[in-house]
Amino acid sequence: MHRTGELYGQFKTLEQQKDTASLGMWIFLVTEVMFFGGIMLAYTVNRHAYFHAFAMGSNTLDLRLGGFNTAVLIGSSFTMAMAVWSAQSGKKKLLSLFLVLTIFLGFVFLGVKYIEYAQKFNHHLVPGRNFDITYCVNNPSKCEDLKPEELAVEREEIAQAVAADPDLNSHAQLYYSAYFGMTGLHALHMVIGAGLLFWLLRESFAGRFSPQWNTPVDVVGLYWHFVDIVWIYLFPLLYLIDRHK
Amino acid sequence: MSPTSTQTNKPALQMPTKHYLNATYGIRSWLLTTDHKRIALLYLISVTFFFFIGGFFAMMIRLHLLTPAGLLLSADTYNRMFTMHGVAMIFFFLIPSIPAVMGNFLIPLMIGAKDLAFPKINLLSWYVYVVGAAFTLYSMVSGGLDTGWTFYTPLSTVYSNSAVAPAVIGVFIVGFSSILTGLNFLVTIHTMRAPGLTWFRLPLFVWTHYATSVVMILGTPVVAITLALAGMERLFGLGFFNPAMGGDPILFQHLFWFYSHPAVYIMILPAMGVTSELIPTFARKQLFGYHFVAAASMAIAVIGFLIWTHHMFVTGVSTYAALAFSFLTFLVAIPSAVKVFNWVATLYGGSISFDTPMLYAFGFIGLFLIGGLTGLFLGSLGTDIHIHDTYFVVAHFHYIMVGGAVMGYLGGLHFWWPKITGRMYPEWLARISAVILFVGFNLTFFPQFLLGYLGMPRRYHVYPPEFQVYNVMSTAGASILAIGYLLPLLYLTWSAFYGRVAGPNPWPATGLEWQTPSPPPTENFETTPVVTWEPYDFYHRPDLGLDMPVDSSLRPVHGDD
Repeated sequence: MHRTGELYGQFKTLEQQKDTASLGMWIFLVTEVMFFGGIMLAYTVNRHAYFHAFAMGSNTLDLRLGGFNTAVLIGSSFTMAMAVWSAQSGKKKLLSLFLVLTIFLGFVFLGVKYIEYAQKFNHHLVPGRNFDITYCVNNPSKCEDLKPEELAVEREEIAQAVAADPDLNSHAQLYYSAYFGMTGLHALHMVIGAGLLFWLLRESFAGRFSPQWNTPVDVVGLYWHFVDIVWIYLFPLLYLIDRHK
Repeated sequence: MSPTSTQTNKPALQMPTKHYLNATYGIRSWLLTTDHKRIALLYLISVTFFFFIGGFFAMMIRLHLLTPAGLLLSADTYNRMFTMHGVAMIFFFLIPSIPAVMGNFLIPLMIGAKDLAFPKINLLSWYVYVVGAAFTLYSMVSGGLDTGWTFYTPLSTVYSNSAVAPAVIGVFIVGFSSILTGLNFLVTIHTMRAPGLTWFRLPLFVWTHYATSVVMILGTPVVAITLALAGMERLFGLGFFNPAMGGDPILFQHLFWFYSHPAVYIMILPAMGVTSELIPTFARKQLFGYHFVAAASMAIAVIGFLIWTHHMFVTGVSTYAALAFSFLTFLVAIPSAVKVFNWVATLYGGSISFDTPMLYAFGFIGLFLIGGLTGLFLGSLGTDIHIHDTYFVVAHFHYIMVGGAVMGYLGGLHFWWPKITGRMYPEWLARISAVILFVGFNLTFFPQFLLGYLGMPRRYHVYPPEFQVYNVMSTAGASILAIGYLLPLLYLTWSAFYGRVAGPNPWPATGLEWQTPSPPPTENFETTPVVTWEPYDFYHRPDLGLDMPVDSSLRPVHGDD
């Protein structure tokens, strides 16, 4: 990108340049919708076919961590919106502050995601040869991070479910394929977003943004909100399949 | 300007002293350029490289099938040959060919802009292409790929012993190059048009690229995620498409064709755009039904997204779904036919000259017509069961992709070659090559319709002896076709350095790209042009030097005569 408010050679006016940038970002977001749409279709088809396995898989997720992360991301959308507002109204210090907060919340999210992934890895819930959805109920000593009373409920549920469907373990792997595929892609987008925010922060410290020229803050903001919205869909799709009991 | 005066003016034509090719020198000035014209040339070199790689695989296939027992290759190698032929030709030649080479070069010129909206993203798209190409080439030299270009699961994800992963990664990556190109074109066409250039004054080349870009940005992400999932399935054991884990291979086919059918329109729509430029120019006549041709492009892009299941009629999809998809397949024939009728109607009463680009345009119309009509055979449920997965299908899509897209590509390349290089190609050699190509193409692929109808399945390395005569014809045709492709490679390269200087508008044609010197300066236009004329209007353009109304003694300036 460019120095403050400078006009690229191919444009005639700053107005045209700004329109171009935001139209480009909106079109990019359309491609992102199609990109996530593909994996959501795969999720939907498999969930329809193996609802029970998906429900069991969903119940092994930690609702508290997922809920906390949802709150964190909504908070980061708020700080991002404030950053865009600060840039538009020329409050340079506030802009840097809100960018730092957004980055911080992004990293909180990724840290919690790391804790969740590590837990799933330890609980033998990664698709592949060692996948075993009954691992924790059969080896409670290896899963001390789970509460015994919750494990007892789960043991009963899983015993019933496996009795009803002997292929449940295999089909639960499809749930976890969706879980790691969707949240992994989402996390990758978060990492890219964090990189963009660091770049904005550097430009902001250098004082490059002004009420006349803040297009990068604007379009990165669009991207960040999109990534948040994806999570708003992923959270109920993955964590809340069968929590109504 | 009469032919005589053109003759006397000839020595006056000189290359401009400063243009985009000599503005800066050195390898860095090319590899780090943001000039859309130079990026187009980078793409031209890359896609030509893959065209000849894909062509080599095709020659291996045709040589092997010369005898019923197979001449050259083992069964496994044969599988690798047809797979790598498809991957190289579709993902690395056909899809980027016209958009990334000619679209890149021409869209800013045609709309009177200095560059695309995002010049750096344009360069990025070429680097993404190169990285994807590197992965795919690695797959080709490290054991090859034998799944068919369609990567059907679970063969590709579980059973194949060939280098599937690098190829899938390569195709996944190259998809983003086409997303970036499509995004760039859409934004450019929306925001960068010159004053006076309203939507319905846009050349149809721009309209078809707009439609193509819509398909690129909506379809490509879907195949990207699909291949990403298939790749993760092969590498990490995800299970969406693996029936052993309860996954669904048919889901893969749906997702794959959701992109790969519209991808056919990524290949053919730009070629239709080229044809829509060539026909009015060499018939000296305004295009018949401009608005309908523009609307038909958009209709093809939209309906093209709703017909993917016609690739899957025999997979056990519901009969009702198949009926709907069959109906929609017939529906897409309507806008395609609208275009053909409009091109032909343009010719009526025109002052037609048979320059090389026009020969390619004629080739395009005829071959696209055959390819399109045989598509209807395949789109109807009953006949499809008889001829699916036979050489009939192979012949059908080669008539569209080679007879249509490649003819359009070569026609456009000849037409805009003087704009790209500032020099003319040797006209008679080019005409002869065009005829050789047309003959070779038909001899290669028409017998395959008969073979398929008689029941020879595709993708087999042996066949019953009674099919030999058609296979020999097809192989003979392929050899002629190869000559038809090598000739332009040689004479176009030669003419880029030694051809006669063309001047800004050698044909003459009406588009904005001809209002600037050939080759154009880096910033395209000295001053931003203002458009006051309707598209393809020869009558109100005294600047073209034509003495309209049409006088048959007025012929375009030819290459060498």
